[in-house]
Amino acid sequence: MTANGRQVMDALAIQRALVRIAHEILERNKGTEELALIGIRSRGVHLAERIRKAIGEIEGGVPPPFGVVDITLYRDDLDRGLESPVVQGTDIPFPVDGRRILLIDDVLFTGRTVRAAMDALVDFGRPQWIQLAVLVDRGHRELPIRADYVGKNLPTSRREQVQVRLAEADGVDEVVIES
Amino acid sequence: MGFTQRHLLGLEGVPADEITTMLDTAASFKEISERDIKKVPTLRGKTVINLFYETSTRTRTSFEIAAKRLSADTINISAASSSVSKGETLADTARNLEAMRPDAIVVRHPSSGACHLLARHVSCPILNAGDGCHEHPTQALLDLLTIRERHPKIAGLTVAIVGDVLHSRVARSNLHALRTLGATVRLVGPPTLVPRELAAFGAELHHNLADGVRDADVVMMLRIQRERQGANFFPTLDEYSHYFCLTEDAVRLAKPHVIILHPGPLNRGLEIASTVADGPYSVIMDQVTNGVAVRMALLYLLVARSKAEDASAGEAEPALEPLRRRTGGRA
Repeated sequence: MTANGRQVMDALAIQRALVRIAHEILERNKGTEELALIGIRSRGVHLAERIRKAIGEIEGGVPPPFGVVDITLYRDDLDRGLESPVVQGTDIPFPVDGRRILLIDDVLFTGRTVRAAMDALVDFGRPQWIQLAVLVDRGHRELPIRADYVGKNLPTSRREQVQVRLAEADGVDEVVIES
Repeated sequence: MGFTQRHLLGLEGVPADEITTMLDTAASFKEISERDIKKVPTLRGKTVINLFYETSTRTRTSFEIAAKRLSADTINISAASSSVSKGETLADTARNLEAMRPDAIVVRHPSSGACHLLARHVSCPILNAGDGCHEHPTQALLDLLTIRERHPKIAGLTVAIVGDVLHSRVARSNLHALRTLGATVRLVGPPTLVPRELAAFGAELHHNLADGVRDADVVMMLRIQRERQGANFFPTLDEYSHYFCLTEDAVRLAKPHVIILHPGPLNRGLEIASTVADGPYSVIMDQVTNGVAVRMALLYLLVARSKAEDASAGEAEPALEPLRRRTGGRA
């Protein structure tokens, strides 16, 4: 798979970035009060779990609650020639009202996924605020959205593909650019 | 995970992996109905017509709620208040509805095959909400979803379908889907109401309630359709009830983890005892809840996908569209 790809992050680099993001989250929010993590299916879920674990290790005590959002039903490109994507379901097991929500995804690209995730979230209630953490920001935004926490800024061309592979889903931790 | 159906006309011949895709999708839609805001924007701007030539409360309401929770606009047409009563043919009604550009039509009709006929006359997806004594696919899918929630592996289960099998589209759709998924299906009822031909689809036939439900994992009761009983299929309702009413004694013959299903409306005391319908084995209300999720899933799979097909099929055309409009404006 990496034959025509270039590795830009390895397992250690990913781990360091996530631990740094966990520290930044705690520093900016002065702890974990009212904080809740929500991963965007599918890679964002694994990243959210890892950041949650890192926060728990740094702070001790009970780590912040954790949910999953599936943006399929909120996509703006369902009519753009894709097969009906598989809906895996949203699972937010806590009230969103008044929470400080940390939205987590693997790659920030056009910003449309994040837009859809925010639309899905506000259908569940009115969070105090929403922040965004991503492992990779590759640019080329099509909406006025920026990340609060970034693992790595990665200048890319539009034609290139950024693949985030995580041990939980792909058996290996790496970020690869494919052209 | 493929889904290739253009319409949902029936479950006969639909492969197991596509049935599983429908059930998996439905399971993930259940959560939406538990939210405070029970609505997602998926089918915003889409129009779903409910065309009902037979009375229905449960199915029509369920389809309407499903469409609305996906943000589609719904229109209900019932035969009594439509031009059907003025003598219009089904095909003409279909063409006229088509001309108003709906994105899906849900049809219930007293004649078997009516949905297949409609599907040949319109380009939008048709969802069969029950055609005559033929099929009622969304009912069977919600039954399967309900069964799967209690018994995760459908293959290997023994399912007894009891009652008026002859007139039951629910029984036929369930028979096809359950056989496809690898369950054993028993059809139980008096010989006049259990057509021998259905053995050809892999069903076991039983004419004694005790034999039919013994060691079953699932008992699916059917409604005695008095409105379809033109001829006398059994001497009296009392006699039918005496031999085939599902009582607590009959339930005890089934497996200890048995679940009891009924598509509604219930004839309490005729085909099912109230103590059974309201008892601990009954999952009848789960069926109704799951019906909304199943219909949301099917509307999503059929309508969202048909949008995709239109977009890719019409790729060459949009370039012409603004030009035409401009010249039209000047003239």
